[in-house]
Amino acid sequence: MGLGLVPLGLAFGVLVTQSGLAWWWASAFTALIYAGSFEFLLVALVAAVAPLGTVALTAFLVNIRHVFYTLSFPLHRVRGRLAKAYSTFALTDEAYALATSEQARSWPSRRILWLQLYMHLYWVGGATAGGLLGSLIPDSVTGLEFALTALFTVLALDAIRDRRDDLPTPVLALLSALVARLLFPGQMMLAAFVLFAAALLTRHLTARTRTRRA
Amino acid sequence: MPDTPYLIAAVAISATVTWALRALPFAVLAPLRASSTVQYLSTRMPAGVMVILLAYCLRDLHLTEVRAIAPLAALAVTIGLHLWRRNALLSILGGTTVHVVLASTLFAH
Repeated sequence: MGLGLVPLGLAFGVLVTQSGLAWWWASAFTALIYAGSFEFLLVALVAAVAPLGTVALTAFLVNIRHVFYTLSFPLHRVRGRLAKAYSTFALTDEAYALATSEQARSWPSRRILWLQLYMHLYWVGGATAGGLLGSLIPDSVTGLEFALTALFTVLALDAIRDRRDDLPTPVLALLSALVARLLFPGQMMLAAFVLFAAALLTRHLTARTRTRRA
Repeated sequence: MPDTPYLIAAVAISATVTWALRALPFAVLAPLRASSTVQYLSTRMPAGVMVILLAYCLRDLHLTEVRAIAPLAALAVTIGLHLWRRNALLSILGGTTVHVVLASTLFAH
């Protein structure tokens, strides 16, 4: 799974050089921030020299979803203060998807940390290679950013397969995303997460009332 | 063109905001973990979260435009490959290649 981050990193590195930054900014971005989808946005922001306040707000809005991840990410199984600090730093979408999957139920501290570190290295390595190769690729080659879409497609399919008896959940998520896109196009991601969480809560509470009545 | 101090500040700010969002809620939300509602949410959230992120990536897709064929074809290839072989690397590489080829040739603008 972690290897999927290599083509994504390559695409990111190429994008960095295509937007006019030095190749090593691809390494710096990926090593220090390590939030894939936000970094794709950040390249566009800094290329346009957006105000730092805008950068901070975008980071906040795009990554606010990680607050939800802390509810189920198995940080309690990671031992040691430094290890916990790194584990939270490297709590990416991919790390969350893998650490909360069916097969990860019994993973010890070490296994979770290695997984996060490997994915971090794949990501930085891919981005650095992409940054170095980027200048060789003609500007007419476009569309590499689809690597991010492909990554989320794969993560979604795997997560749905893990709980194949529970189809209403992905359907509710899709509906939340569509409603958010129509009603709050400027804040689609945040709106979709709030709607989805509210829909799940409603479903949970109505199911509980029903069992109580029965 | 962004200068180096600006880029360093942008990276520092982004890193701080991102890490804070990932680390601080653990301390604040820890007492909630035992609740049955949170457990209900946490088992169901992963699949939904990924679906939302995927939809977010496709938010600017205009289904009425011919250009939309490139991402739609690439999406179909990614899903098809993944259902067939279950190999994440293959699915991502296959889908991205289809998109790059279509976007750089037939639908170049």
